[in-house]
Amino acid sequence: MGLNRRNFFKLLGVTGMTLAVGKDAKAASDSGNNDVEFYGIMHDAARCKGCRGCEYDCADAHGLPEPLPSKDIPAVRTTNETSNTVVNTYQTSKGEVFIKRQCMHCNEPACAAACLTQAMHKTKMGPVTWDGNKCMGCRYCMVSCPFDSPKFEYHSANPKIQKCDMCYERLRTGEPPACAFNCPNEALLYGKRRDLIAEAHKRIVENPGLYVDHVYGEREAGGTGWLYLSPVPFEELGMKTTLLKSSYPALTKGFLYSVPSIFVLVPAFLLGLHQSTKNNHLKEETEDE
Amino acid sequence: MNSNVQIATDHDGKSIWKFLISEMKPKGKFFTPFNIISIPIMLLGLGLIVIRFWKGLGSITNLSQDIPWGLWIGFDVVTGVAFAGGAYVLTFMVYILNMRKYHSIVRVTVLNGFLAYVFYAGALLLDLGRPWNVINPIIGNSFGTSSVLFLVAWHFLLYMIAELIEFSPAVAEWLGARRAQKILSGMTIAAVIFGITLSTLHQSGLGALYLMVKDKIHPLWYSEFIPIMFFVSSIFAGLSMVIFEGSISHKVFFKQISEKNHKAQKGIILGLSKICAGAMFAYFFLQLLVFIHGQNWTLINSPMGYWWLLEMVGFVLLPMILFFVSYRTNNLTMIKVAAVVTMLGVILNRLNVTVIGFKWDMAIRYVPSWMELVVTLAVIFTEIWIFRWVINRMPVLRDSPSWVNTNK
Ligand code: SF4
Ligand code: SF4
Repeated sequence: MGLNRRNFFKLLGVTGMTLAVGKDAKAASDSGNNDVEFYGIMHDAARCKGCRGCEYDCADAHGLPEPLPSKDIPAVRTTNETSNTVVNTYQTSKGEVFIKRQCMHCNEPACAAACLTQAMHKTKMGPVTWDGNKCMGCRYCMVSCPFDSPKFEYHSANPKIQKCDMCYERLRTGEPPACAFNCPNEALLYGKRRDLIAEAHKRIVENPGLYVDHVYGEREAGGTGWLYLSPVPFEELGMKTTLLKSSYPALTKGFLYSVPSIFVLVPAFLLGLHQSTKNNHLKEETEDE
Repeated sequence: MNSNVQIATDHDGKSIWKFLISEMKPKGKFFTPFNIISIPIMLLGLGLIVIRFWKGLGSITNLSQDIPWGLWIGFDVVTGVAFAGGAYVLTFMVYILNMRKYHSIVRVTVLNGFLAYVFYAGALLLDLGRPWNVINPIIGNSFGTSSVLFLVAWHFLLYMIAELIEFSPAVAEWLGARRAQKILSGMTIAAVIFGITLSTLHQSGLGALYLMVKDKIHPLWYSEFIPIMFFVSSIFAGLSMVIFEGSISHKVFFKQISEKNHKAQKGIILGLSKICAGAMFAYFFLQLLVFIHGQNWTLINSPMGYWWLLEMVGFVLLPMILFFVSYRTNNLTMIKVAAVVTMLGVILNRLNVTVIGFKWDMAIRYVPSWMELVVTLAVIFTEIWIFRWVINRMPVLRDSPSWVNTNK
């Protein structure tokens, strides 16, 4: 049986594209434009000393409670509704390594594709931001994000979605993000994503043996705004390495493209069927199987 | 206003308002076992809902940063909508294929579907953290057109309207509005065609919601064919519900059903069981294809693998055979058993995708709190109350008043 992978949807999709009023199809591929210059941040785990200064700067910049001192916290944490970023400590084959975690600011964010109000939004500069005036709190962004970045205030009557916004307000006034601006060890570098990737590969080549040859975020989830360099394989740092190397929103495109064609074909089909069976009941009454 | 006058005069001079008020009063005995159980639960549920809006979702649910969607989405919305699928399947059979045999149960099924959407989409509102923004995607100040959820939400809304139109002749007959009845009946076919199209899309759309969740759902339940799986399974989920609900209604509302329709019931149930068996066969075959295609052999020998086998064999294959055999042997009891097993299977399947198989490898599991359960029960009971209220008043199970042109 010719049930070829994707072909079913593809076929519908092709019809759909030609029938689409234009808007639907375009909106879905909006963010897939690789020509846009996104900004991003690179975290070099070989340089990070685990001082957690960025956690404090981040909390300060976003009006969140001050992080707890290192002796009161476990070595590995996840971000939550009161902290947009955490620096985790891992014992690895090359000794203690620190890694900073936060929303990755994907090039094609699953969260923004999921959001039915466009509250989650990929800005032209690169940060993925959240708009409380639009969000209805459905949490589909949390379900969809491959990195589990968005967090929800479960104990509030007016709950917000919390996650790193790459200090979008600061970027707009020309200032770099608070964490990258303040890092005393130059472990964080803010700049154009394209330049950061070049710089990352340069560091790998110029320091043989220091890094694994993998820039995390260059291709993960179709490319992310945050990029990582590390002295050890990323599995050892609790990073998901089984993620798709292509965009997550692309997974729903086939379905969405087939919608317009279904809207044209199904009613036409139903109407035809209705006409052709109009007199059927006459014989069915007697047959009644 | 014009139609109002029309309605009023149609009712033999009796004011429409007086009529409505008299109809609001309960009919029949009040202290039935159902009332005694359902009223406290509904009141408790109401109290919990107040707490939920006052203190936040975390105050009564076990949802967490890792599990953002729990029972209310997984059961109330995703499973509830699958069970409401009977309405589009039956309208398809009766109005599109002109299978008149099933005409007598169309109204009750549409009513059931309509109420299910109202209440289960209503449950969605309870789950929204910022429900006051729910109008945003509707009034168009922010259209997330690339979102599957956007599509599903719109289709819910439009489908409710389509079902309301399909059901509206019954309301008109109840009110004695002859001219309105005629106009509304004339709209049925259009509403049906629109409604079936919407159903195809949002039944599969509920599955498509999970397409992006590739890494978090157990691979035995994730495939790019989830939308098709959800669609096909909604056919037998809906019809099993029709069989189940029908056999209860025939006992509870015995007096309302005409002699002729009582007799026809057997043929209807047999016919439906044949369709169920067919749809389940297609579904099982699809699942098998996806399983082989995905080369999932290695996954079978694990607890989740056994769980999957149980679902496929115990809750798809078994009821399919039951439907088939009982259709052959005219065994109505066995059909009812098969319908119940099928329904359990659909619940299991939807929960496996949305809750049980979601982050299946996480150390801490999500188990709904008793409060989430009570709210869910309260929603279901309220729906049944409204259902009963309508059945006791409008010509849903009983025949239309004699002035209705029965040729239609
Ligand atoms: S990491 Fe998650 S929240 Fe951040 S942009 Fe990507 S999908 Fe959105
Ligand atoms: S919770 Fe808010 S931001 Fe997230 S998908 Fe829903 S509406 Fe969008």
